[in-house]
Order: sequence, then structure tokens, then C-alpha cells
Amino acid sequence: MARTAETPRSFQEIILRLQTYWASRGCAIMQPYDMEVGAGTFHPATTLRSLGSRPWAAAYVQPSRRPTDGRYGENPNRLQHYYQYQVLIKPSPPDLQDLYLGSLEAIGIDMEMHDIRFVEDDWESPTLGAWGLGWEVWCDGMEVSQFTYFQQVGGHDCHPVSGELTYGLERLAMYVLGIDHVMDMPFNDPQAPIALSYGDVFRQTEQEYSRWNFDVADTDMLLKHFEEAEAECNAILSQEAVDPKTGKRIVMAHPAYDQCIKASHLFNLLDARGVISVTERQAYIGRVRALARKCADAFVQTEAGGWVPDEVPA
Amino acid sequence: MRDRPESDPMPDLLIELFSEEIPARMQARAAADLKSRMTDGLVEAGLTYGGAASFHTPRRLCLAIEGLLTESPTLREERKGPRVDAPEKAIEGFLRGAGVAKEDLQVRDDKKGQVYVALIERPGRPAAEIVAEVLTSVIRNFPWPKSMRWGSGSLKWVRPLHSILCILSDESGAATVPIELDGLTATDRTHGHRFMAPGAFSVTGFEDYTTKLKRACVVLDAQERADHIWQDATNLAFAAGLEVVEDRGLLSEVAGLVEWPVVLMGDIDQEFLGLPPEVLQTSMKEHQKFFSVRNARTGRIEKFITVANRETADDGATILAGNQKVLAARLSDARFFWENDLRIARTAGMEDWVARLANVTFHNKLGSQAARIDRIAALARDIAPTVDADPALAEQAARVAKADLSSEMVYEFPELQGLMGRYYAEAAGLPDQVARAAEEHYSPLGPSDAVPSAPVSVAVALADKIDLLTGFWSIDEKPTGSKDPFALRRAALGVIRLVLANGLRVDLDRFFDAQILRHRLSDGAAADQALLDDLLGKIAHHGMSGAPVRALLDSVEDAPGWLAAVSEHDPELGADLLAFFHDRLKVHLRDEGIRHDVIDVAIAMPEKSDLALVVQRAEALSAFLRTEDGENLVQGFKRANNILTQAEDKDGVAYEFGADPKFAEDASETALFEALERVRPRIETAMAQEEFEAALSDLATLRAPIDAFFEAVQVNAENEIVRRNRLNLLSTIRTTCLAVADLTRLEG
Repeated sequence: MARTAETPRSFQEIILRLQTYWASRGCAIMQPYDMEVGAGTFHPATTLRSLGSRPWAAAYVQPSRRPTDGRYGENPNRLQHYYQYQVLIKPSPPDLQDLYLGSLEAIGIDMEMHDIRFVEDDWESPTLGAWGLGWEVWCDGMEVSQFTYFQQVGGHDCHPVSGELTYGLERLAMYVLGIDHVMDMPFNDPQAPIALSYGDVFRQTEQEYSRWNFDVADTDMLLKHFEEAEAECNAILSQEAVDPKTGKRIVMAHPAYDQCIKASHLFNLLDARGVISVTERQAYIGRVRALARKCADAFVQTEAGGWVPDEVPA
Repeated sequence: MRDRPESDPMPDLLIELFSEEIPARMQARAAADLKSRMTDGLVEAGLTYGGAASFHTPRRLCLAIEGLLTESPTLREERKGPRVDAPEKAIEGFLRGAGVAKEDLQVRDDKKGQVYVALIERPGRPAAEIVAEVLTSVIRNFPWPKSMRWGSGSLKWVRPLHSILCILSDESGAATVPIELDGLTATDRTHGHRFMAPGAFSVTGFEDYTTKLKRACVVLDAQERADHIWQDATNLAFAAGLEVVEDRGLLSEVAGLVEWPVVLMGDIDQEFLGLPPEVLQTSMKEHQKFFSVRNARTGRIEKFITVANRETADDGATILAGNQKVLAARLSDARFFWENDLRIARTAGMEDWVARLANVTFHNKLGSQAARIDRIAALARDIAPTVDADPALAEQAARVAKADLSSEMVYEFPELQGLMGRYYAEAAGLPDQVARAAEEHYSPLGPSDAVPSAPVSVAVALADKIDLLTGFWSIDEKPTGSKDPFALRRAALGVIRLVLANGLRVDLDRFFDAQILRHRLSDGAAADQALLDDLLGKIAHHGMSGAPVRALLDSVEDAPGWLAAVSEHDPELGADLLAFFHDRLKVHLRDEGIRHDVIDVAIAMPEKSDLALVVQRAEALSAFLRTEDGENLVQGFKRANNILTQAEDKDGVAYEFGADPKFAEDASETALFEALERVRPRIETAMAQEEFEAALSDLATLRAPIDAFFEAVQVNAENEIVRRNRLNLLSTIRTTCLAVADLTRLEG
């Protein structure tokens, strides 16, 4: 087994090592998607690119927001804004488990000393109309990643199948760095002239967003935005495939999907405000899922999604 | 099957399907399926075998078959075809079906004339060819509860399948069975432990395989892994003066998560030892798959046991430290819930929690949890007097029994429902009986679960289950076949066990009717709640047709519309539910060794909704049938009944006018007259007093005179007067017996 790398010293070093590792394994290192999402899976580099026949390999950090998890920065583990590290490779390579274990070594987890386990955990996203089979990966009893083979996304069967890895970065880093409270975690190098902790960077925003999410966000406005996002998504997808201005075939799967992401996040905000009853919840989730499905339908009609123009008879 | 020469060595077959981690809960079933599907397929193809065993680890399914035939036997078949002068098309069709050429056909004489006969010979095939075919089909059609695709392939397996080991071996060596499946080629190679010995190695047979696996840190046999875990765990605990809390389900799950079990014992931080032991146990088990280690003296859980999948240079110190840390984080969550919940229970009591259940849907056709609680509370109040419980306490207990569903702890750990209710009810200062009922009202759950006996608990437990059953009966959601999503069979069995274990004498149908009506009427906003409760209470105690119910209905002036529903109440629904209970009762009593036909007799008697009475009768009858007199009496009864029925059919009359002793010719006949005369009023009295056993023993005294009568007398005598008199005598036997029980339902 490979010699264990030196233990990292900061949150960002763990991120940098993951970036380097997956880059060296051939992934395109992408940047976070520039919208509010609940998880790295929502990034179009995962949701849309897991569809269609074209091969894909990407890795990226994705800031993720879960308004209901806000704890004003006081809970040692819970945050309304946190980071996920996401890897998506299509088709899933046969040695994906080994590649994944290599990434743990890269961030300083010594396989000779720890107990790594793949424990059944099937993944399902009702809002994305997606599901897959896989595991949560345990390191000494601690869940450090989700490992999923996508079977269906947006109601489409995945052919080929993508392998998806999701690391909860704060939790993983706290474990590797031996930190008990997330806010105490060194964000940059503790020896740096200006050493910053996670708390220095995020305590303020956790407080502000917790208050806004739970008590202040204007629910009427959020509801209106939800309806608008839904309407815009449908309007985009109802356009003809051929753009009348350029005469080119341009199916607008991504702009439509942006609206779907928006609707999903607005729903999360409404949920955190406690204005959605149990029965309504299902209905909202169903509405977002309907958008996700339409976006998936549209994406497979694009060239990136594997669409091939019919051969024009000579 | 052809004879096999002595020298022909019978090969052994070894199969290993090596994959990424198989969910622990699916492994045992998958290993069993691999064995049955493979052996069925082989035998069907003509390959019989000596013995077979299957094994499973997180990464492999294995099947070892001993003494397989080297090849399948050659089969010969003669198939008769069309006449030689049949149309060419018919002959061609026959050739196609039989797979032979025309020149290979024989011509034989038949009744129809000359016909073609095909001699078809299916030569035996080598074992390897058959194994390859069967295994390919087994893999392709494997019954995983959930399976998946991976990469670019189309094969489905529970998780990506990495390699297939498939060898046939005998004394002369091992040969790989050639199999190609979606890019996988069978070999004689496998891998060791993922971390401790990941290298590949070849094997030559099952023994070699298990030995090499063990050397490569894989214990193949799940039972061996479980035994090892249990032994090490109990030793570690014992050395610390403690004991492991037994949990077989967890043991087999953990044995399915590791190939090389290493048992480690760790400490629970002092600050968490104040949590209820059940909370510690559940949190450790559900989240971490830890065993709880208990101080036998105090009952407190003080340590945990975790099972790692590897050895390490520091003897697991790092692993244990990590696990301890994760546990501390989990338990601080649990403590947070516990303390929050306790504070609410102490200050606000349980009412707020109950009120919140108004927003929790129980079932979309049966309303909210809060509505359900209202119904259960009303019924518990009605049931209370019959189980010697205080009605007010029973109602109060029913109201708070499910309050804990709103607590944070139960939200996090649903399996702690009821138990947390007890803790919180105690904290809220509610009476002991109420707190106890909160914990016990879900019981009994499984067939071996303890049955509550405290009256208030019994009242609420019965009300809970009867409300559930009548509710689903009202909306026509009954269990069908293997489908019972709301566990209604379990609920009915729970009622049965509550009634029997506590010797309760209740007419269940009255509670059924009352609760069915409550389901119908509770949502009717117009219903006058006080009147409704009064009415349903009276139904629960006197039945739908009870005089007080009718009196009440008659007394209501300007009867509101909803009362019509009471008069229009369909008794069939309650009767159908009672029949469902009788079915469950049969299953329950059959497990206790009472024949189903005996139970049928008891159910056919009046007051069949009094289950304790039904069981008393079934048990008495069962005991009666085990006596010599009882068994013979039933035979005598059947003989009498058969002769009588035949005569009645033949003569077209019913012999039921009573026999006259003056036409008795034989002493045995006279004796039978006397015996019947003596016994009949006694039986009548006994039955009127519900003394079924006494009635049966009276019946038993008829055995000797009946036997003597049949011994000495021919019923169908020449003399028609004598014959008729005797038939009438048989009729008296019949009515006397049937007055006790419908013995015609007994089999044999």
C-alpha cells in the first residue's frame, strides 16, 4: 500500500489535495455552480451530464445550502451552508472503489490504521426524479462519503451508468484534522500570518442566514418566485428547437434547468419557514420533479446529451 | 439414468461470485438462492450431485457442490409421427419438431396404417457445458431485491460484479469452466481481504479455497464469523465484569459487514450514562451497529462493542478512538433531544404534543393522528369496565399514549415510541398506570412479545388495535395474500392474545360495531358529540340490537340526520372482521396444537365473538377427543348420523318425532333410551350455564350405551315399526350431541 501522505493542516489543504488527486486521475476540475443548490448533485455537471451516452469525468467543490439545518453557528456539526466535494465519472470505471480509497489516502487517512467500510445506502432524490445504489462509506464508524451508481436521473435510465462520489467536506476535514467543533477548524494554514478558522469565515453568515431562513424570509415573495421559476422553466422548454434568429438547433436545457434549481431552493426556503404542510410538501416536490424531468428530456435532445442529427439523405 | 462405472471420479464444483460490497441484509438470502437455483438448474439438465453448501461474505457469494455427474445421461425417445401418406407439410412439421431428417425416420404399422416414427437421441453433455449454461442463466436472472447496472454494461447485479470463479475439480486436478458473461471470463482465481491481503490467487477446490481465503484474512462462513464475534465480545465484556446485551439480528448483520472480524470494546463517556439505557442501546445499534455492554448489577449500559474489519499495528486503538468520537457526537444529539423533551414534558405536559398530532396524517382516508387518538380514547373508556380499569384513567392514558410521536427523540428514533412516552408521562407527573399504558399499549407486537396485564394498559392496547382494524375495514383496506401493509393481522393477533392471556370475557362484535360507527360519524360535523358517545358506549356494552340502544334511539326527539346511519349500520362489516379474527384465532390455536376442525366446531357455537369462550370450548373439546370415550362417542355419533341421513334421504322424511321405548326389542336399546333420558336434561342445564366441559362429560357417558346398541342391533330391521323407532332413536342421539356442539364438523 502506498505510503501515507502527511496529515493535512487545514480545511483548504484537504480541498486542494482532493482537487490535485482527482485531476491526476483525469477528472476535469470544475468550479462550483453559481447558484444556490442543496447538494453537489444539483450542479449540471452531475445532474445533466449523467444523462446521455457521452463519457464524462468531473470533480468540483459545491457550496450547498440546507436552510433547515441552520443552527446560528452554534452546533458543532450542523450548518445551513456547507461544502460538498463531488466526483462524477461516466461510465463508472471498474476500479472506482480503489480510486476512491486512493483519495482518502491522499488526504492523510492511513488505510493501515483505519477501518473503512462500505455500508448499504441507496440514494434517492425525489426532487430530481433520480435514484441509485451504493453505500455510505464509513471510516472508523464515521460516514465520510456517499458512493452511488446512478441508475436513473430525471426519470431517464442512465446508459452508461455514472459513478458518483460525494464527500461532506466539513465533516471529513474535522475528522482528519481531529477537530470537535466545526467553527474551530483551521480554514487556512494555522501557521499563516493571518490564520483563519472556519468560524472566522462563516460564523457571521451562519447567524445571519439562520435568522433570515427561519424567521424573516418573505414567504409570499418566495412563493411568487417559485411560481415564476416554474413558469419560466416551462416557457423555455416550450420553445422550438430551432432558433429563429440563427437558424441553428439550440435546445435550452441548461437555462431551463437553472430555473428548476431555483424552484428547488425556493422550496427549501419555504420549508425552513415552516409554511409547507405535510401534504403540500409532496405536491411541491412533485412540481420540482416535473421540471427536472422536462430538463432531462431536453438535455438528451442536445449534442452534449448525446443527440445525433439524423443523417440527411443525399 | 445410465450406470456410472466405479472408476469414474465424481467432480466437485466450486463457484464464487466476487463483487463490490453486498448489503448485509441480502447476503444470506442470496447465498440460499444461488444454491437452490444452481442445483435446480443442474438437476433439471440431468446433472445430479451428492451435496451442496453456499456461503456469503460482504464481497462474495460462494457455492460448493460435491459429487457432480461428469456428464448428463443420454436420453432416447421414440416419437410417433403422421401416416406415411400424410400431406408433405405435416411430415415436414414433424421433422422440424423432432429435429431429424426424413431418411432417419422408421416406418411402422399402426392401427391407423403405416406411420413414421422418429428415434430421437439426446446425447449426454459434459458437466462443464451444463454448469456454464446454468450459471450464466442464474446470474442473469438472479432474484436480488434491488439490482443495478454499472459502467457501460447491461448485466444486473446487486453491486458491480468483478469476477467469477468457477472450477470443476477431481483427483486429477481442477479445470476452469469456460464462461463468458458481459466481458467477465470465469477463472480459478479470487482475491483476499480488501485491505489486509488484496492480492489474487488461484484455487484448486473448496478446501484449498477456504484455506487460502483464511490465509488471506477472509473467514468464508458467516456463522463462523458470528460465533467468533460473539465469543470475543462476551470474553471482553466478562473480563470487565460486564455482559453483552444479546442481539441476534445485529450479530448477523455485523457478521455480514466484515470478512475478518476484530472485536473492540470502548467506553461511553460518563456524561451520557444518565440517558435511558434503551436510548443508548438504540442509538448505538441503529447508527453505529455497536453492541451494548451492560452492568448486570445496575442494568446500566456502560461500554460498547464494535467490530472492525481488520487488524492494525496499534491493535485497533485508532479505530476505537474514532468510533468513540462518532458515538460521542451521536449521543450528544440524543442527550439534546432527551433533555429538550423532558423539559417540555415537565413544564408543558403532554397536551401540546397531542395537539401537534392534529397536523400529522395517519392515513388519508382515516384522518389525522389526533382524530385517531380521540377515537381510541372514547373506545378505551367504553372498554375499561370490562377489563376492570378505571374509565377516566383509560381515557386519559389513551390521550397521552401517542403524545411521544411529537417528541424529538421519537422523531429521531421511531422504534422508541411508547417507551419514551412512559418516560415523558412520568416526567409530566401523570399517574403510573397512565405512564405504563403509554409504553405498553403497542403490545403485544410479535407472537412472542409479552402481553400487558395492567388493566389500563389492556384497555388502551385493545382500543388502539380495534380502532386500527375497524378503520381499515371501514375503508375496505383488508389484508390480501401476502400484502398486509398496515400489519392488520398482527393487530388482530394482538387483540386475541390480550383477550386470552387476561381471560377477558368480552363480546368483541359490540366494540367492532361501536367503533365502525365512530369512524363513520366522527367526521360528521353535525353529530352531537355527547349523544354520539352515549350511544356508542351503549352499543359497546349491549350490542347494536341491545334494548338500551333501541330505547335511546327511540327517545331522541327530532332525531338528527346522522342517527339514520346508526339504523342503517351494516352488520356485515363487523361480522366480516370477526371472521377475520376467527381465522387468526385458528392460526394461533393451531400453533398451540389444537386442530382446525375442532376450532371450527367451537366457532360454530353461539357467542362466537367471545373469544375466550370459543377457546375454552375448543380446548375442552380437544381434551374430550383425546379421551377414549370422547373419541368413540364421536365415532358413534357419526355412525348414527350417517345411517340416519341415508335413511332420511331414501325415505324422504325427517325422523324427528321421538322414539318410543315400548318398541324397543333389545336390552341395549332400552339401556340407550334410559341413558339418553337421563343425560338430556343434564346437558341442557350444563349448556344453559355455559358449562361446556360438564356437557361433554355427560355426553361421554353415552358412549358405552351407543356402542352396545350398535353392537347388538341392526337399525334397518325387517319390521318397519322397529326400524322407524330405531331411526328416531338415532335422531335423539343426533339432537342430543348437536345440542352440545356441531360434531359433524369434525374430520376423520
